[in-house]
Amino acid sequence: MSTLSERILGAAAGEYVDRKVDRAYAHDGTGVLALEAWKEMGGDRLGKETGYYIQFDHIVPANNGTTANLQHELRDFAKSSFMQFSDIGCGICHQLMGEGAVLPGEIVVGADSHSVTLGAFGAFATGVGATDMAAIWLTGETWFRVPESVGIHLTGRLTGAAEAKDLALAYVGKLGTDGATYQALEFVGEGTRHLSMDERLVLANLSVEAGAKAGLFYADDVTLRYLKEHGQDASVQDYEPCSYRHELDLDLSDIVPLVAVPHRVDTVKPVDALAGMPLDQVFVGTCTNGRYSDLARFARLVRDRKVAVRTIVVPASASVLEKAIRTGVLADIIGAGCTIGTPGCGPCLGYHMGVLGEGEVCLSTANRNFRNRMGVGGEIYLGSVATAAASALAGEIASPEAG
Amino acid sequence: MQGRGTAVCLPADIDTDIIIAGRYLRTKDRSIWATHVLEDLDPALAPRLKGAVIVAGKNFGCGSSREQAVVALREAGVVAVIAPSFARIFFRNAINIGLPLIESDLACEEGSTVVFDLSGGWVDAGGKRHTIRPLSPRMQEILRAGGLVEYWRAHR
Repeated sequence: MSTLSERILGAAAGEYVDRKVDRAYAHDGTGVLALEAWKEMGGDRLGKETGYYIQFDHIVPANNGTTANLQHELRDFAKSSFMQFSDIGCGICHQLMGEGAVLPGEIVVGADSHSVTLGAFGAFATGVGATDMAAIWLTGETWFRVPESVGIHLTGRLTGAAEAKDLALAYVGKLGTDGATYQALEFVGEGTRHLSMDERLVLANLSVEAGAKAGLFYADDVTLRYLKEHGQDASVQDYEPCSYRHELDLDLSDIVPLVAVPHRVDTVKPVDALAGMPLDQVFVGTCTNGRYSDLARFARLVRDRKVAVRTIVVPASASVLEKAIRTGVLADIIGAGCTIGTPGCGPCLGYHMGVLGEGEVCLSTANRNFRNRMGVGGEIYLGSVATAAASALAGEIASPEAG
Repeated sequence: MQGRGTAVCLPADIDTDIIIAGRYLRTKDRSIWATHVLEDLDPALAPRLKGAVIVAGKNFGCGSSREQAVVALREAGVVAVIAPSFARIFFRNAINIGLPLIESDLACEEGSTVVFDLSGGWVDAGGKRHTIRPLSPRMQEILRAGGLVEYWRAHR
């Protein structure tokens, strides 16, 4: 039987295929070069068969004249074409695509490595660079090598303070940063049934940190219920036994709060082993952990208390922000002494806000802790929302299970 | 497709943030990327990349999809990159801008001459001939055209 990637791409692992892309999206970072390449290719207007999107999320609002000019050009293009355009403050591209745009079984390509996030819906979602995106704007299709798959079998339930983020760090730690290069991850087993859409999005999001081309869940009742809430109807995808190139078994009840230490996502340690490490900044947000459920969890843990270190919270989208205002979550976060950023990627990529100074240490809920990523000489520890909350209150890395 | 260059050795798991840092991305001025390429690994490296064949460890180009990383290497004068494996987006990006990547597991000798022939399927380094994993037919076509822009200009 076929893997989900083989089913969606309609060919066996190892084959090269040309496929129409159902949805293609780019952001202010990659869209600029894509537009340049598209013009050079002779592009003049976009076809209507593919859903095209441009979302401004990386440097929002523009931080200087150069960025403003680049965004101005891309904004004009997006508005004058068939693109669905989301301007500054609407949110992170992956989050917006996951608020009811992407459906099970679709082929989705984003000009960003974390486009794998959308595999949580049972779509084949992968990242490309700017020139590949330009060719998709030109033709509506692209080529794929159908990947072999790694089966990640999940059993049990998360317990205590453990979150999907800890589970994600656990599998990246086991596979290594290139453990799934050229391959897709498939998350299967009864353990998946207990994971919400938000939790599945976290697991799919980190798949590229193991080098994977995609990270997929089979669409089930949880998926359908989520999509219904976002105004979409879809069908479940039945799992059929299939052959995986590698298999990894994870019992969710074994997962404890973890931290990925600088400068690799696969160097993972229990939070307890790092407790007491002084922090200069805590950051909660990104396409990994900036959803409403993340903000609500964080708010619950810091409510009526004060953070002991500067803490930046960035909602993943405007609707996340709006809901956090409506439910009082935002007031709790601000009341605890945190500051709020414009919905978007925030400090994750180290360009325009929340940049680390030399020798500064940050506990972040993001997905990358590469050297100098958030600022030259800064150090990034990756952890869950609960670990971020406990650490923000303590001013040092702290276990969410201690308090 | 043939080429030659001077070996510059790099370690495994070189990510695209290290190749070109986020702080240099917001521009279309390619010379900025060439100047700052691999700066966070070794600030003295960029001038040595003219005419270089980078011979790196596994998983070269992991991380962000930023195409500025492959452009920076090409603009700095890199002739080709050889590694046992590449991150897949980086792989596509390099071929798409006409920068040859060679999947081969060979020991790097800093400063030695590296000669390769992609259609012949070999690379000569350190006095030894190594076979290389061939690119897919489509990637070979794109590379032969000089990149994906040129490919589509010819195929529309």
